[in-house]
Amino acid sequence: MKMELIQPFINAADAVLSQGLQSPMEIGNLTMEEEAYRRKGVAAMVRLTGDIEGRIIFDLDPKTAARVASHFAGTELPESDGLVREAVCELANQVIGNAVAVLNDQGFKFRVHPPELHTSESGAKSTEDTEALVLSFDTTSGNVFMNIALQYHNAAAAASR
Amino acid sequence: MEQFAAVKRSKDGQPVQYLIVDDSVFARKNLGRIIESFGGQIAGEAGDGVTAISEYDRLKPDIVLMDITMPQMEGIEAAEKIVQKNPEARVVMVSSVGYQENIVAALQRGARHFVQKPVKPEVLYEVIKYVLGEDGVVASAAGAGA
Repeated sequence: MKMELIQPFINAADAVLSQGLQSPMEIGNLTMEEEAYRRKGVAAMVRLTGDIEGRIIFDLDPKTAARVASHFAGTELPESDGLVREAVCELANQVIGNAVAVLNDQGFKFRVHPPELHTSESGAKSTEDTEALVLSFDTTSGNVFMNIALQYHNAAAAASR
Repeated sequence: MEQFAAVKRSKDGQPVQYLIVDDSVFARKNLGRIIESFGGQIAGEAGDGVTAISEYDRLKPDIVLMDITMPQMEGIEAAEKIVQKNPEARVVMVSSVGYQENIVAALQRGARHFVQKPVKPEVLYEVIKYVLGEDGVVASAAGAGA
């Protein structure tokens, strides 16, 4: 997975989280996930199809999710509130939508599918083609994890890069 | 949340009526809070394009705030169908997927404007005033004329 694919997601996460939480964030650990994906808490998954295909998962532990959702909602939300899960989905939608806008303007064509709550405890193991990159964003509300597994759908898209 | 000078309908001085269309309940609530800070009223909500069309016919709101990525029918197609039937409809796309191709497609198919998510209230406020044009008036001016 090339950095040119990843950078727009980092920039978008920075912009959306910083604006929503009204405080700066830092990029923490960046790791390649070789084992099967294990959900940390409240997770939303967005699938992409087109020149680039794959999925991105936004994952927050329950307490962090409640704090982040409360910031975005402008009111205190308990961990159990359904709006917390909705907020994580919308957060994923905004970050990925903003990143995709940049990639699309660079010539990649793809479709963003509506976010889905990711409820499985674990996901498929990475392969050589769909290696997953896990980014941790350190915010004042806690760590926000973004798990990116993307690949070029066709040789032409890859070769043109 | 910051409060803005209320934008009213110039024809009767009543609050502007909005239809909010987004598959995310959270996004609809957030947009609702923002338009209330403009002095607007939520006429209705819809979670997909198909419902948006029927809700527009039923409510005839002054402005539709329409997401793009939604299940069943996406926002650009719903906007086109609403405007085909109601050329006076004012549809503002509100989406995170704000790339040039999408923006152009939305405007060509009848949307009046495009606002990128995450929504900045001050940006949406200016867009609303622009889209309403002479059909909207900022409350202080309306009060002075009353």
